[in-house]
Formats: sequence, C-alpha cells, structure tokens
Amino acid sequence: MSAPILAAEGLRVAFTARKGAVARAVDGVDLAIERGEILALAGESGCGKTTLARTLLGLEKPADGQVTFDGAPLQYSTRALKPYRRRVQMVLQDPTGALNPRQTVYESVAEGLRIHRVPGDEAARVAEALALCGLRPPERFFTSYPHELSGGQRQRVVIAGALVLEPAVLVADEPVSALDASVRGEILALLLRLRDELGLTVLVVTHDLGLAWNIADRIAVMYLGRIVEIGSTEEVLGDPRHPYTRALLSVVPESEHLEQVVLSGEPPDPTRVPAGCRFHPRCPALAGGEADRAGVAADCRAGSLPVLPSGGGHRVACLLPDAP
Amino acid sequence: MIPVAPLLELEDVSITYAARDGDVPAVRGVSLTLEEGQTLGIAGESGCGKSTLAAAVLRLLPAGARVTGRLALDGEDVLAMSWGRLRAVRWSGASVIFQGALHSLNPVQTIGRQVAEPIVIHGLADESGARAKVGELLEQVGLPARHADAYPHQLSGGQKQRVMIALALACSPRLLIADEPTTALDVMIQAQVLDLLDRLARDLGVGLVMISHDLSVLGSACQRLAIMYAGRIVEEGPTAQVLRTAAHPYSAALAASFPTIGDPAARRRPRGLPGDPPDPRDLPSGCAFHPRCPVVLPQCATDDVRLRPVADAWQAACVRVAAP
Repeated sequence: MSAPILAAEGLRVAFTARKGAVARAVDGVDLAIERGEILALAGESGCGKTTLARTLLGLEKPADGQVTFDGAPLQYSTRALKPYRRRVQMVLQDPTGALNPRQTVYESVAEGLRIHRVPGDEAARVAEALALCGLRPPERFFTSYPHELSGGQRQRVVIAGALVLEPAVLVADEPVSALDASVRGEILALLLRLRDELGLTVLVVTHDLGLAWNIADRIAVMYLGRIVEIGSTEEVLGDPRHPYTRALLSVVPESEHLEQVVLSGEPPDPTRVPAGCRFHPRCPALAGGEADRAGVAADCRAGSLPVLPSGGGHRVACLLPDAP
Repeated sequence: MIPVAPLLELEDVSITYAARDGDVPAVRGVSLTLEEGQTLGIAGESGCGKSTLAAAVLRLLPAGARVTGRLALDGEDVLAMSWGRLRAVRWSGASVIFQGALHSLNPVQTIGRQVAEPIVIHGLADESGARAKVGELLEQVGLPARHADAYPHQLSGGQKQRVMIALALACSPRLLIADEPTTALDVMIQAQVLDLLDRLARDLGVGLVMISHDLSVLGSACQRLAIMYAGRIVEEGPTAQVLRTAAHPYSAALAASFPTIGDPAARRRPRGLPGDPPDPRDLPSGCAFHPRCPVVLPQCATDDVRLRPVADAWQAACVRVAAP
C-alpha cells in the first residue's frame, strides 16, 4: 500500500494565550488522508479543526509530532516549504476577502504561476483553470474585477487560483458557508467533479454535516483538539457511536430521525482541557447514567483515552462498550 | 363581534430605494399576516428583499426608501403613525433583532444597563424596578441574573445573542422580528437559541417573524414559510409542505440545496441552482425566476403570475399551479 498523500502523526499544536495560559488547539492527532479522497473535518468552533488544517498546510509548526506529505516529513525551512505550498493549496471561506479588489481575475489566477515561476503559456494555463472551474468562456472573465462577479463566481476564481498550480491536495476551510444557498450546491458539485476528473485530494474543514453528506467520502469529528470519531460518511452519519457525534448530528436541522440532544454550556476551552475523556463534563451518556451502568464512569472522569490511530474503518474514542 | 385585527398585516407592500443610477425596487407587492403566537419564516437569497421588509415594519429604512401599500401592527397603520407613537411602538409593540446584532452591544456599558435602558425610557419601571426586570429577562433567555454586571467582551457569541434577545423582549413586545438570529453561531449554540425563540412564541404568545437564507434553520423553527425571490413572495404555506413538496420550482431548488442527512438521493449529489439572482434594476420579463427555472415554459417569459392557491393556507406564484 502506498503512503497516504498527507498525514499527521502524533500532532500537537499549542498557542500561548493571555496570562500565560496554553491553549492546546491540536492535542494529539493521527490522521491519514488517502489519495483522491474527500475528507471532511467537522466540529464546533474552537475544536481545533482550522488549526489542524493550517498545520497540515505548513502554516503552523507543530509542538510535537509531524506532518508527512507523500511519506516524507515536512521540513519547515522557507526553501523546503515553497514547493510544498504549490502541491497543497488552500481555499478560504470568504471569496470576497480572498481576492484583491484591485486585481483582475486574470492577475489573481496568474499570481501563483508567477510566484512559483511556472514555465509555459501563462494565459493558456489561466484559461484552462478558469474553464475547469466552470467560468466559460474563460477569456470573458480575464479583465473582470471581483466586484463585477457574483459570490459563486468569486469562489470559482479562488478555486481556479489554487488549481492553476496543479496541486495534489486542496484544503478548503468552510468553502461554502459565506455563499448563498443556491450557489452552495454548485460549488460542492465543482469540488466533487475536480476529484473525479483530476484525482484531486480534498480536505474540507466544516461545521456543516450536510455538506459532508453531500460530498465527503470520510468524516473525522473533532472535539477539543482530538479526533473523537472517524469513518466513512455513511458510518459516521448513519450510525454515530460517539455521544458527541450523536449530539452534534441531532441538532443539525438537516437530520430528522434523531431525538434532539442539545448540549448545555458553551464550546469547551482549549486552555483548560478536562482530565479523563475530554468530553466527559458535557457527555449525555455520563450524565444519564449509561457510563455508570457500563462500569466505565470512573475512567470517563479520570482515566486516559489513547489517541485514535489513523487508518481505515470506523473508529471511536469512547469508553462505552457499544463504541466499536 | 368586532373582528380582531391580526398582530401584523402587510398588504401589497412595495419598497423602492432611490439610487444615483435609478430606482431599485427591493420589495414588490408583498402581502402577509401573522397572528399571536405564530411563527413565520421568510427565506431567500441575498438581495431578495427580506431584510428590507423586516426593517420596514418599524419604519427603520434609510431616508430615500419609498414604501407603498399598507403595513399594520395590531390594526394600526405603521406608515401613518406620528413619530411619538412610532417611538412608543418600537420596543413595546414590536422589536427587531438584527443580523450581526451581537456586535451592536456597547462595549463600555454593562449588560444590565443596556437591557434596562429601554425599560426606563419607555417608563415601564424606575431604576430599581428595571434592575429586577433585567434579572428576570436574563433568566428567561437562559443566562444567570449575575451576568447583568458583565461587559459584552466577557460573554461568548451565544451569550451575547441571548442578551440581544433579552433586550428585544425588554418592553414585552407582542411581535419579535429576528433577522438571521443564528447566522454567526455554532450549530450547538444555534440549537439553543432556536429552542429559546420557539419557547418564547409558545409560552408568551409572542408573534415571531424569522428571516434567514438558511432554509434548514427556518424549517425547524417556524410553522409557516414564505419564500422570497426578487422582491416578491413566490410561495407561502405550512413549513412541512413547502419544504417537502414545494409548488414553486425556486422553493424546491432552495430546499434541495439543504440535503437531508441520510437521504440517498443527496449522497454525493450536491444540488444547486445555476445562475445568480437578478439585478433588481433590470428584472427579467414575465416571471422574474424564468431565466433560472429548471422547468420553464414558453409563456413564463411573458406571463407575470401572482400568488395562486395550491391548497388550504398555501399559495404559490407559478404558472404550473392551476389558475383559480
């Protein structure tokens, strides 16, 4: 079996917050992203999903563990990162903020080619990338400015700017949450098509489980710096095993079959990670006595849970016995 | 018996903004009614006129906006109200929670002072009475009364949104208009806020108009739905019917862009609507939706169909609905 295209091994990333507190944003993650898959990284704000994505992109340096690309550990010298950044491209949430308002579409898309001194016919490459993203005929958009485009067209330009460098991996952080509902489906269909036609690997960071159902092959659910459940989209959304995944899924308006479990309280604080299972203070299974009956309640509160190993299958970081 | 006027009644309301390069018709003939304790969701893409409509109910539109038609609160014509009367009705008759309102709290005043201000100004209580009322209001929205002494920066986004709801309820209005009340919030906090709004409508009999681009949010929180496109309501009816068996192709496309998790038809098939909403200054002829309509008929380019009854308390503006 070939090495995963992009992987995290024992990854930890910490930030120093106010008053010297340390926020353990990513606190032990093993994750292997396979070639040509669409993986959704889901969770609430503050769960560390964006930090994990930024670390995979080489934008944050891990405190511990490593990122590997195509089997080789990532080097953090400027010289080593430049070719890496061509191979792993990023698409941000808000296309209006991502585009320079004073640059034409052509200039925005060609910028990456110039930075990386890509040889060959620049105009042909730009036109190809725009056409691939559904902006046809591409020449018509060359001289447009961002304000002349709709939100969906702007996001297509941003994606074209990433694709023009022929990356192996696209990391998209909430790629449709700033877009109108009707445009959302079009952009998601584009990501799906790019994977099918180019074999592109896509990591989508999102809080939107409906998006995952629409396009992702696998889902990793994060809570407070760790992956708590991972598996195929059908497994995780069809048969969620972790009490957190169940709660998250139950409050999504798009899911109808589950009884709503609204977790009280605010999203947890990465500067104060609880002992034991990090979800235990909010866990409905612990509060409801399910953990007691299974005889694991003491471990939930104070025991230690190993980091979920990367690899295939449906895996859950939970002490309850019905978690596989 | 004298018939009781509905809580909110809009009759053929049109709103036009005067711009340098000509008039912009933002709302084009909207009629709606809302009774006590009812919840109505208004959905549509950006620019469809839904926020303009919300602002018009309390005459909060910028100078230069022309409103025609009839707009009545409890049978009283809002457009004919004197400034004094309008000031009295704002907050106590109806109040609005605006989009992004959590940023409109004053950072240098305590929560308690800000919530007490309208109560004192409206002469509903003196300073000490207002303080007691503030504690009650905060508890009503699920915040501890001691948060009255907190400053906005000490609260999370979800808590600030609760403060905004407490503020909107300060003078016991009978109508609450919430414009994108959960857009900036996480799914779990969103579920908490939607629960709260639902409880207020049921327990206090407050009429609730909720505006959002997110049909899935409205679907779980509102009894009735109105779908807007290009300044008009194109469909209005009971939520479940509009979401599942929309009579207007635009409502159907909007509903399909929010997938039901677990629905095999949506798996790996994100659906959107090609094209963009029209420029209100340059509306298409006939049905404004016809250039994007997936089931367009030849007469749609010329016939401007108004709302027709689909079933009891359900209407849609489409040529495919049999004329009455």
